Amino acid sequence: MTPNVLAGSRTRFAALANPTSVVFLALAGVILVGWALVAVDGGQFLTMETVVGVQQRSAALGIVAVGQTLAIMAGSLDLSVAYLISLTSLVAAVTMAGQDSNIVLAVGAVMGVSALVGLVNGLMISKLRVHAFIATLGVSLIIKGILSDLYDGPAGRVPESFQHLGYDRLGPVPVSALLWAAVALVAWFLLRRTKYGYRVYAVGGDVEVARLSGIRTDRVIVVTHVLCSLCAGIAGLLLASRLGAGAPTVGTDGGYDLESIAAVVLGGTALAGGRGGVAGTVGGVLLLAVLDSVFNQLEVNSFFKDVVRGVVIVVAVAVYARRTGLAGRRRT
Amino acid sequence: MLTMTGIGKSFFGVRVLSGVDLAVAPGEVHAIVGENGAGKSTLMKILAGVHQHDEGTIEIDGRRVSFGHPLDAQRAGVAIIYQEFNLLPERTVSENVFLGREPIRRGLVDRTAMDTATARLLAELGEDSFGPRQPVKRLSVAQQQVVEIVKALSLDARIVVMDEPTAALAEHEVELLYRLVRRLQERGIAVLYISHRLREVFDLSDHVTVIKDGRLVTTVATEDVTSEDLVRLMVGRDLNGYFPPRSTSVGETRLQVTGGGTDRLHDIDLKLNAGEIVGIAGLQGSGRSELAKALFGAEPFTRGEMTPVRPRSVRQAIRAGIGLVTEDRKSEGLALRQSVRDNALLVTRAIGRGARRSGVRDLLERVRLTPPREEQEVRYLSGGNQQKVVLAKWMTVAPKVLLFDEPTRGVDVGAKAAIHDLMRELAEDGMAIMMISSELPELIGMSDRIVVLREGRIAGTLPAGSSEEAIMSLAAGEVSA
Repeated sequence: MTPNVLAGSRTRFAALANPTSVVFLALAGVILVGWALVAVDGGQFLTMETVVGVQQRSAALGIVAVGQTLAIMAGSLDLSVAYLISLTSLVAAVTMAGQDSNIVLAVGAVMGVSALVGLVNGLMISKLRVHAFIATLGVSLIIKGILSDLYDGPAGRVPESFQHLGYDRLGPVPVSALLWAAVALVAWFLLRRTKYGYRVYAVGGDVEVARLSGIRTDRVIVVTHVLCSLCAGIAGLLLASRLGAGAPTVGTDGGYDLESIAAVVLGGTALAGGRGGVAGTVGGVLLLAVLDSVFNQLEVNSFFKDVVRGVVIVVAVAVYARRTGLAGRRRT
Repeated sequence: MLTMTGIGKSFFGVRVLSGVDLAVAPGEVHAIVGENGAGKSTLMKILAGVHQHDEGTIEIDGRRVSFGHPLDAQRAGVAIIYQEFNLLPERTVSENVFLGREPIRRGLVDRTAMDTATARLLAELGEDSFGPRQPVKRLSVAQQQVVEIVKALSLDARIVVMDEPTAALAEHEVELLYRLVRRLQERGIAVLYISHRLREVFDLSDHVTVIKDGRLVTTVATEDVTSEDLVRLMVGRDLNGYFPPRSTSVGETRLQVTGGGTDRLHDIDLKLNAGEIVGIAGLQGSGRSELAKALFGAEPFTRGEMTPVRPRSVRQAIRAGIGLVTEDRKSEGLALRQSVRDNALLVTRAIGRGARRSGVRDLLERVRLTPPREEQEVRYLSGGNQQKVVLAKWMTVAPKVLLFDEPTRGVDVGAKAAIHDLMRELAEDGMAIMMISSELPELIGMSDRIVVLREGRIAGTLPAGSSEEAIMSLAAGEVSA
C-alpha cells in the first residue's frame, strides 16, 4: 500500500531525479546563458564556427569519456588513458610513416597496443586485486617511462589522407564528432541491450551480488578495461590525425585522465559504479565544451575558467547526491 | 534428493565444520538451527558454491556434484536467499530476477521476455503490489524478499535455501512468507530454512537439524521435539526462563517528550524513567526507528518539547546522556575493520571525555564478551559479540538513557539471553531504557510498559505482560473488543 502511494508521488519528480535529464537541462541552460552573455558582449554565439568548434573540442575527450564511463559503471576507473593516448598517437604516426599503405596496419597496431594495456589493467584489478586507482596509476607510470625513454618530442608522420579524420566535416558536423557519436552509440547499445551491459551494471552495483548471481565478475572487469583502453586508442588516432604526427605529451596536455572522469561524473554516473550511462557522459562532455566556448568568446581569463569548471562539477555531483539520498532513504 | 555427507571445512587452519550430514527430500521444509557461529551459514554457502568443502560429498538426485562457483550450484538447481538480500537497488525487478542469465533474442537482451516471465511468477505467488519494471530500491523489505523468491523460481531451483528469512520482516509480513514457503513446498521444492526463531521452525518445518560448533548434533522430525529440547540441543544447556525478572522500582524521569513531531512522527508524548524498560511495538513503517532517531537527534524532532534537551544533533544528544544502539550494527554501530578496543572507545573519543584504554578490559568483561580480546577486528566477531561491543561503546560514557533498536536481531539464543540480562542490569543501575523490537515475545518478556506506534502516532500504551493479540490489534489499528 505505502510503496504504491509513494511511487505515484515520485514519478512527478522522475525527470528531475534522473541525472541524465539534469545534465541536458544544464546544457540547455548554459547554451542560453552563454548566448545571452555573448550577445550582450556584442558577439554572436551560435555561429557555424562555434558549433563546429564545440564538437571538435569534444570529440577526443568524448571518446575517452565513453570508455571511462564503462570503467566507472563497472565500479572501476582508468587513470592510464592520458598516457595511453600519447603512446597510441606515436604508435599510429610512427607506423604510418607518412605512407597511405600503412594506415590499416597502424590502426591495427594501435588497437592491439590499447587492448593489451586494457588487458593488463583488467587483470591486475580482477586477479591481483589491486585497486583500480593504483593499478592504472602504475600502468600510466610505466607508459610514461617508456615514452620518455623513446621519444623527446613529436615523432612519425601521418599521411594527408588520414588527416581527413581530424579536419573534414559533413556540413556542420565534423567527421571526428561522427566518430564520437558512433563510439557513444556502440557503448550505449552495449550497456542497454546486451548481456555484457547488464553485467556491467551488476558488477558496478554490487560485486558480491553479481558474483553470487553467477556472474563471472573478473571477466566483466577485464573486458571493460579492454574496451576503455580501445576508446583511448581511438582518441589517440584522432589526435595523431589532427597533429599530423604522434606526440608524447598529447594525452597529458589534454588532461584526458581526470577530465574524462570529471565528464563522466558530471554526466550523472556514480563514481562508485552501477548507476548512470553513456547519454549522461555525452551531456557532460558537451557541457564542458560549451562552457569553454563561452569563456573563449568572452575572452575570460583561463584561471577563472578552471575555477568555474571546478565549481560546476562539484555542484552537479552534490545535486545528484541529494537526489539519490532522498530516494535511497526509502530503502530502510 | 539432496544428500550431504561428512562435510568438513577449515578457514586458514581453523576448523569450522566437520562431519556434517544432511539429507533433504523433495517438498520438505528442513530447518537448520544452531547458535551464531555454529557453522550453518558456512554449510549453506558450501551448498551454494560460494565456499568449497575440504571433506565429504554432496549428491543431488544420486549424482555426485561439486560446485566451484555459485553458477555451478545454480545450474544444479540450488538457489540461496541470503539474509542480506542479493539485489541491485538501482535495477528493476525483472533485471534482478534474471541477473546473470538474461534471455537473449537475436543477440540482444530480450526485455519483454524478462518482464513477462517475471510478471507470471509474481502472479503465481499472488503478489500484485508491484510489477516487473519497478526499481528494487522502491520496494519494501518484504517485497524484496518476494523478488528473491521469484528469482529462485525462475532458476527452476529444486532446492531453496533461506537464511534467516524473517530477520528483516515485521510480524504481519511473516505470515506472507509462510504462505510463500508453502507454495514452494507444493511445487515439490525442498526448502532449507535457517532461523533463530524457534516458532517458525515449529510452524513450518518437517525436520530440523541442529548444528553446534561446526558439528552435527542431530536431525529429528520436528513433531517429536519441543522448543525446550531444541534450545538445549543448540546451546548444550537449559535456558530456564528466557527473560530476566522485571524491575521492582521505577525511579525519576530521565527523558520526556511532549507533542514531539517530525515529518513522519506526530504528537509523540513519551516518558522514560530510570530503572524501567519501555518496549516500542509497531509494524514496519510505523515510525519506530524514526522515533529512536528523533530522540537521538539523528533525524531531530521539529516540533514539541523534550527534556533534558531537544537535541538538534547526535552530538548534543550524546552530551545530554542519550545513546542509541542502532538496528544495523554493521553499517551504523561499528567500524568493522577496527579492533574491539577502538570500537569500544569510539563514543568517548568522539565526545572528548578522554579515552581510558585501561578501563576497556573491565567493560568487556562486564558485557560478557567471550573471549574479551581487545585487539580482535570487530568484523570477525559473531553477531552477538558485535552487539556486546556496541553496548560497551555506550557504557564508556555512562548514558542516562539508552535506546535499543532491534537489539537481538540476528543474534543467537545464548548471546540474546546475555544481552537481555545486561539490559536489565543497566536498568537496575538507574538507566532508562527504550527497546524497539519486531519480536513480540521479546517485547513482552522484557518490557515494563509497551508503547505501540501506528502510522507515526502513539496508538496506545500497554502494561507489562500484555498479550501478543493486544499489541497486534493496536499496531494494526483494529478495534479491540
